[in-house]
Amino acid sequence: MGGRERRMVFVTVGTTCFDALVKAVDSEEVKEALLHKGYTELLVQMGRGTYIPSKVSANSALQVDYFTFSQSIADYIREASLVISHAGSGSIFETLRLGKPLIVVVNEDLMDNHQSELAEELADRKHLLCARPQTLQETVKAMDLNNLLPYMPGDAKQVVTRINKFLGFPDD
Amino acid sequence: MQMGLDALPAASYALPVLVSLLTVRFFYVLWRSGQPSSRPRVAGLRCLIVLGSGGHTAEMMNIVTMLQKNRFTPRYYVAALTDNMSLQKAQVYEQSLVQSGGKKTVKNAHFTQICRSREVGQSYITSIATTLLATLHAMWLVIRIRPKVIFCNGPGTCFPLCVSAFLLKVLGLGWSSIFYIESIARVKKLSLSGLLLYKLRIADQFFVQWPQLQQKYPRACYAGRLM
Repeated sequence: MGGRERRMVFVTVGTTCFDALVKAVDSEEVKEALLHKGYTELLVQMGRGTYIPSKVSANSALQVDYFTFSQSIADYIREASLVISHAGSGSIFETLRLGKPLIVVVNEDLMDNHQSELAEELADRKHLLCARPQTLQETVKAMDLNNLLPYMPGDAKQVVTRINKFLGFPDD
Repeated sequence: MQMGLDALPAASYALPVLVSLLTVRFFYVLWRSGQPSSRPRVAGLRCLIVLGSGGHTAEMMNIVTMLQKNRFTPRYYVAALTDNMSLQKAQVYEQSLVQSGGKKTVKNAHFTQICRSREVGQSYITSIATTLLATLHAMWLVIRIRPKVIFCNGPGTCFPLCVSAFLLKVLGLGWSSIFYIESIARVKKLSLSGLLLYKLRIADQFFVQWPQLQQKYPRACYAGRLM
């Protein structure tokens, strides 16, 4: 297998079809950029997409594999050194909760793109990097993952406390 | 005929009185919604929990897991007909409660499906007809369940349910406190359901998960993020 430490990049599009992202990730430029940054493997969860990446298992190049769906992608996220995800809130927060560096790629073909609001806000707060399929290569080249800040997950405590108070339940 | 002639003046008195009563009742309900309960409460409240595809169910389950189960029971989960995963997630959660509590079978939770007002990508014109149908179905559900509390966070299915609940309040046929928590994915703008419920003042409490939204919609409550 070689003596390289395994550093896997996990790409996920959730339940959507996001061919532009899969194509971008499968391009020579992006694979080159990832290899240059020390990644050894690329695993693509392609969802309902129609574009199929080419599998690669040669030792010196970036290994590439793919699948369509999985019951839970948590294990893949845990194994990954970098996650590249579509802008769905589920994928975003699952990755942030597991403490993995994340590049969110916004799908510009979606009509109502409210998803980009969330990605941009979290990028402004330095919890992740934001890119478009066309800018993925330069984002990977320029990224310094040490600049990312960990995201503190929230919970429903405050909301539930207010609801209880409103309904007249005694304080716990 | 004699009876017909007598009925007409009676109706011409009754109708304006009825309309006035309903109008007064309507404004009373608007005012009373959003007023916190003045009496301390002890017993359990029957609740309607609206689930939706995408991140909606995940966020809603974050709320449900935090709720004190003896206060919010029995729980009626509702999801759209075309949504296969959401009710399943809720069922798994309720099942886990049964197993960990060492109790009987799941008796306090019920799972129902509702017609969707609008599918993703559906044209707005045909949506009017399907929304009407969904509203009738929603009315039926709310009348059947008579929830005291409704939790929703944005899927299109929640709007007909909330409107039906509000209508029942106006007609004096039941009182449900409606809690709306806008999705965490909404940072700068409200969703359509959220905007409608906010503007029409149908929700008793309206939560947003980003401070920018609370500034834009001052009657909303910012109580942190669910995820």
